[in-house]
Amino acid sequence: MSDTTTRRVVEASNRQQGDHPSGDNRFELVDKHLKRARYEQDQLIETLHVAQDVFGYLSEDILIYVARALRLPPSMVYGVATFYHLFTFEPPGDHSCTVCTGTACFVKGADAIVQGVSDAYSVPTGETSADGSLTLKTARCLGSCGLAPVVVLDGSVLSHQNAESTLELVGTAVGGEG
Amino acid sequence: MAAPIDLHEVMEREREERFRTRWRVKACSSTACLSAGAGATIKAVEDLVEREDMALEVQVIPTGCMGLCSAGPLVRMMRRGGDESDYQKVTPEAAIEIVRSHVLDEQPVPEYELDVTMPFFTSQERVVLANGGVINPDRIESYVAHGGYQALEKALTTMKPKQVIEQIRLSRIRGRGGAGYPVASKWGLLASAPGKTKYVVANGDEGDPGAYMDRTIMEDDPHRVIEGIAIAAYATGASEAYIYVRAEYPRAIERLDRAIRVARRNRLLGRKILDTNFNLSVEVRIGAGAFVCGEETALLASIEGLRGTPRLRPPYPTEKGLWGAPTMINNVETLANIAPIIDRGGEWFASLGTEKSTGTKVFALAGDITNTGLIEVPMGTSLREIVADIGGGVPNGKEFKAAQTGGPSGGCIPAKFLDTSVDYDSLRELGSIMGSGGLIVMDEDVKMPDVAKYFMEFSMDESCGKCTPCRAGTVQMHSLLQRLTEGNGSKQDLRDLEHLCSVVRDTSLCGLGQAAPNPVISTLQYFRSEYEALIHEEEVVHA
Repeated sequence: MSDTTTRRVVEASNRQQGDHPSGDNRFELVDKHLKRARYEQDQLIETLHVAQDVFGYLSEDILIYVARALRLPPSMVYGVATFYHLFTFEPPGDHSCTVCTGTACFVKGADAIVQGVSDAYSVPTGETSADGSLTLKTARCLGSCGLAPVVVLDGSVLSHQNAESTLELVGTAVGGEG
Repeated sequence: MAAPIDLHEVMEREREERFRTRWRVKACSSTACLSAGAGATIKAVEDLVEREDMALEVQVIPTGCMGLCSAGPLVRMMRRGGDESDYQKVTPEAAIEIVRSHVLDEQPVPEYELDVTMPFFTSQERVVLANGGVINPDRIESYVAHGGYQALEKALTTMKPKQVIEQIRLSRIRGRGGAGYPVASKWGLLASAPGKTKYVVANGDEGDPGAYMDRTIMEDDPHRVIEGIAIAAYATGASEAYIYVRAEYPRAIERLDRAIRVARRNRLLGRKILDTNFNLSVEVRIGAGAFVCGEETALLASIEGLRGTPRLRPPYPTEKGLWGAPTMINNVETLANIAPIIDRGGEWFASLGTEKSTGTKVFALAGDITNTGLIEVPMGTSLREIVADIGGGVPNGKEFKAAQTGGPSGGCIPAKFLDTSVDYDSLRELGSIMGSGGLIVMDEDVKMPDVAKYFMEFSMDESCGKCTPCRAGTVQMHSLLQRLTEGNGSKQDLRDLEHLCSVVRDTSLCGLGQAAPNPVISTLQYFRSEYEALIHEEEVVHA
């Protein structure tokens, strides 16, 4: 989530409870986008992006809300949302670790990093650990091939990684909370 | 309505600004350098300027990609009307030392100096990336000062649409997205298509892993893309345009959005552009992580807010595209070439490169190579020159084994073909493709069946599922490769794999499926013994 979005989310949830009919003021941000997009149906993907940015993931309620707003069948909204890799339907963990598995990173051993983190936190790729502390994801290519292998930990780009260095940094991030 | 931008006045003003201070510090602030810590470096210089009251002496200019990503953060010291010194791996401390040394003592700092006489810099020919490391991508004035929007003004005020297309035809430029279709033919088709509503779409859905040319162009020179779109729309009679960018490139989206707003304010987009009768609106549309959306019909579906699945062609998008109207899709790099062609003429462009592949091509050089980064060379440069000279060869004393081009739709080129000229047709003859320009070097340690499996996994994941050969075929090919690479494969598995390759290639609906077997086919062609070595038993019977 970008800084501006974070700020807007905080502002929206600070406002008087119940401003939005749903009781959750974060929907106001989605409404604002819908209004700007004049409720055009071809704005579905953009709307889903905004909703995911605001809520962190797309719950069934959110999908139905968007479907109603754009006058689209929920089945179609669900179909589009599940077609694209970037949309996620589970709440993300407290920390996120994304390992780039683009070709340059692959050639330089990204697989070992994914395996290492996956084993250490018993979290399969694309999922969140049982305690909700870490989400492990892979990315197709972050386009920073000169820095391969690349890992993005909580939004900051780590270059020239290997399994040990990544595990150490993930450990600091996750452990630093406790 | 505000008056349109006066390009010549802006140029004059910028020239004065440029010579206002004795020193200009240009710091690469593209993604790779930022990841390497360029943000702190730039901050350190800005703080230094403020602390030591150097504002009348020094201005700091964040620029786009300077190319040599592996040596970042990169910084260039430029003296008014004179010398330039380039520096590599500039930490905040180093930056302070460098700036102080130049400004106070007129001395360079050899410790961090970057040798710009090395082939990485001298063998390049920068047309598309000409502004990289030169302009500040956030300021339209900076783009205009370096000749920006001159081509659009020239086209709108002195050329008829037909004459614009004629220059494109003379340039013989081919599409940079991979297939290499002649650009002028596409433009001609859209221009002659009937109807009032026509669309131009810029394809910035750069999905090939290992490729980041288009991202760099969009981030570092957004106005160049917009200018290309505007010229294309003028030449073809379109009045609406979209730039489709993958969501993985937030900086590109942000910069394009801002550039569009600024261009509109300066009457370079919108109604009555530069006081002519030409109108154009441009909008950014964001992908959501689907490789297949690089395919043009899938991309159009995605712009319409639908699942990004391709459809059969014909009808081609130039007949029936967005919402049924004639639509032309050009790659971002193609569009970035348009302004220079109009500016300097189609014949000039055709003089670069080879007879059939004119101009230059941007490559993202990565993998097992000393100088990773973004390069631009004339078409027809040999692979050896790119890898050995510009790339500085394979590091750690290892042997070059293969170069992969074209991503999951391309193939691997072995060492014996290092002297191949890199152009559309030569690469195709070798079973690979130019693709969008990712070039990954692999050393002797890389196992080719693993590479094939890697790409097959990619294609399997990214298959949209619409047609059976691609949906089911990629899964089957992947499981065969899995079995082979685990050492459990049989000769029959290898035969099945080869058979499936031809079935999927010949019967898939779109380019993604048709090209999915390419990595297998090309590695089998050149490295067959590696596959055979994986088969230990004569025949393995599977339960």
